[in-house]
Amino acid sequence: MASFPEIPDSGERSGFSQWINERLPVAAFWKKHLSEYYAPKNFNFWYFFGGLAILVLVNQLITGIFLTMSYKPTAAEAFASVEYIMRDVRWGWLLRYMHSTGASAFFIVIYLHMFRALLYGSHRKPRELIWIFGCLIFVLLMAEAFMGYVLPWGNMSYWGAQVIVSLFSSLPYIGQSLVEWIRGDYYIADATLNRFFALHVAALPLALVFLVVVHLAALHEVGSNNPDGIEIKKLKDAKGIPLDGIPFHPYYTVKDLVGTAGFLLIFCGIIFFAPTFGGLFLEEPNFEPANALQTPPHIAPVWYFTPYYAMLRAVPSFLGTQVWGVLVMGAAIVILFFVPWLDRSPVKSIRYRGPIFKLALAVFVVAFVMLGVCGMKPPSGIYPQLAKIGTFLYFAFFLLMPWYTRIDSVKPVPERVTGHA
Amino acid sequence: MLKRWVLLAASWAFVGLPVAAVAEEGGFALMHAGTDIDNLESLQRGARNFMNYCSGCHSLKYLRYNRMAEDLKIPEAELAANLMFTTDKAFDTINVAMPAESEVWFGKQPPDLSLIARARGTDYLYSFLHGFYADKTRPWGVNNLYLPAAAMPHVLQAQQGLQKPVFKSEPDEKGGARMVMTGVEMMTPGAMKPEEYDQFVRDLVNFLDYAGEPIKSRRQALGLWVTLFLLVFFAFAYLLKKEYWKDIH
Repeated sequence: MASFPEIPDSGERSGFSQWINERLPVAAFWKKHLSEYYAPKNFNFWYFFGGLAILVLVNQLITGIFLTMSYKPTAAEAFASVEYIMRDVRWGWLLRYMHSTGASAFFIVIYLHMFRALLYGSHRKPRELIWIFGCLIFVLLMAEAFMGYVLPWGNMSYWGAQVIVSLFSSLPYIGQSLVEWIRGDYYIADATLNRFFALHVAALPLALVFLVVVHLAALHEVGSNNPDGIEIKKLKDAKGIPLDGIPFHPYYTVKDLVGTAGFLLIFCGIIFFAPTFGGLFLEEPNFEPANALQTPPHIAPVWYFTPYYAMLRAVPSFLGTQVWGVLVMGAAIVILFFVPWLDRSPVKSIRYRGPIFKLALAVFVVAFVMLGVCGMKPPSGIYPQLAKIGTFLYFAFFLLMPWYTRIDSVKPVPERVTGHA
Repeated sequence: MLKRWVLLAASWAFVGLPVAAVAEEGGFALMHAGTDIDNLESLQRGARNFMNYCSGCHSLKYLRYNRMAEDLKIPEAELAANLMFTTDKAFDTINVAMPAESEVWFGKQPPDLSLIARARGTDYLYSFLHGFYADKTRPWGVNNLYLPAAAMPHVLQAQQGLQKPVFKSEPDEKGGARMVMTGVEMMTPGAMKPEEYDQFVRDLVNFLDYAGEPIKSRRQALGLWVTLFLLVFFAFAYLLKKEYWKDIH
C-alpha cells in the first residue's frame, strides 16, 4: 500500500503567496483538484482520453484565436483568406493544420472516451450527471465542428452546409421558415457564413468551456470510476483517504504526460506527413471554392458525422416526407442521454459482466464503424442495406439494454481494485 | 536517400488505408505521376514548362513570383527575364492576361490552377495531360480520356503528337454489337519522344503539386525533427512516470 509523505502546511507562506491566498483560494483549489484529489490507482489506457480531450480543446482554442486574426468571414474573401494563411502568414500553415487535424482528433478522443464509459460503467450511479454533461458536450461539439467546416468556404463546405441545413426543412409546418432563419437567406450565402463564424468562434466555444468545467466539477464531487467499476471511497484509511486512491498530482500528471507524448506522436505525424489524411480530414473538393452552380461528384460529411449520416439515409421516406430519417438521426443522439438508466446490470465494469453484454458491446462497435463506412460511400450497391442493418443494431444495443443487462450473468466484484497499469 | 525512405514510410503509415480507395475517373485507370516534391531541378523545369505553355490561359493566383523563385532557387534575374510575363513586380501573384471573353472562346474560363493538384491529385493531372485524343465532334477536335467533353484544346499536341481512340466490338443487351472505346494509340507523333513527353509532363505536374502547397517539402522535413523530438520526450516522460510510480503497489 502506498504511503504518502505528509505535506506540511502550517498555513505559513511567503509574503506574496500569503497575500494572494488570503484573497483567493489558489492553494485550496490546487489541493482539492490536484494534489489531494484521490483517483483510483488502477487507471489503464482508456483513461488517457479525457485529459487528451482537454488538450485538444486547448489546441483548438489557441490555434483558432490565431486563425481568426487572418481569416475573413465573407463569401467573397473566405476561401482566399485561408490560402493566405497557408502561404503568406508565417507558420500559418501549421496553425491551420493543427486546427483542421485537431477537429478530427477531438472526435477520435471523444468517441474513445465515451466508449470507455460504456466499458466500465462510468455513466452509472452516482455519475449520471457527468455522463449527461458529457453528452451535451458531444452535441455542442458536433455543432461546433459542422459550423467550422463551413468557414473555409470550399465547395464541400458549401454543399455540406446545404445538405445538412436543408434537413430541418423536412420538419412539418415550421421547416421552411426554420431553414431560412438558420441561413439568414434563401440559400447558403454570405449571411450564413457570417453567423456560423460568430457561433463557431464565440458562442459555442464559450458554451463548450463552460460545460467542460461543469463536467469536471461533477466528476470531482463524486470521484472517478475505474476499470473495476468499484467505489474506492467505500474503504478509507484513518485520515479519510481512500485505500485505493492516489493523489492526481503528481501520479496522474506524469502518467498523462506519457499519454500526451504518445498522442502527439500520432497527431504531429498526421500534421506533418498527411494533413489531408488521404481526403478524410481535408476533402479534395474543398480545395475548390464554393460554387453554387456545381455540386461535388459525391457529397458526404466529414468522417466523424458519417455514422449518423448513414442512419439518416437508411430510413426511407414515408407518408410523403423525409422527416423520419431526420428524427431517427436525432433519436440516435438523444438516446445516449438515457444510457445510465437503460443499463440495469448489478455491476458496472465489463470485467465482471457476462457474455451477453460483451457480445452486445462488440456488435455495437462493429455496427458503428460499419455505419461510418456506409455514410462515406455513395448510397448504392450493398451500402444502403448495410446502413439499415447498422441502424437497427445501433438502436437495438440501447433499447434492449434494460433487458439483456438484467438477464446477463455476473462475476463477483472484489472489494479492492485489481492491480495498476 | 534515407530521408526519402523515411518520408515514404511515414506517408504510408498515415494514409495507407485511404490510398486504396482512390477511384478511377471517366472509367480509365489513372497513370502514376511519379513526381517528387524534393527534386528541385524537376520543379524548376516544371516552372519553365508552366510559364511557357500554361500561363497564357491559366493563373496561379495564390502563388507569388518571388516566393516561387525563393523556394525553387531561381535567380531573380532569370525570373524577371524568362518567367515573368504579366508583371514586373516579383511580389505579385501569378495572374493571367486572359480577358473575360475567354468564356465565349472555350465555353468556360480556364480555371486557376493554384490548388488543382490538391483538388484532383497529381496522378489525375499526369493522366489528363496524356489523355487527349482526336475527336471530330468536339470544338477543338480533341477529347480527353479522363475528362470527357473537356473544354481545353490539346495545347501540347506539338510535343506529344495526336492520339486516336481504339475501339473493340462488344455484344450489347439486344444481341447486336456495339463499339466500346478501350484506349488510345499514337496517330501522328509529336516533336518529343514518349519518354521525353512523360518527363515534361511529370515536371509540370510536380510544379503544380508544389504550387498547391508551397510548404509541403519543408513541412515533411520539419516533421522528421518533430517526430525525433517527441520520441525523446516520450522516453523521458515514460522514465519519469516509472520513477514516480515506484512506490505504488
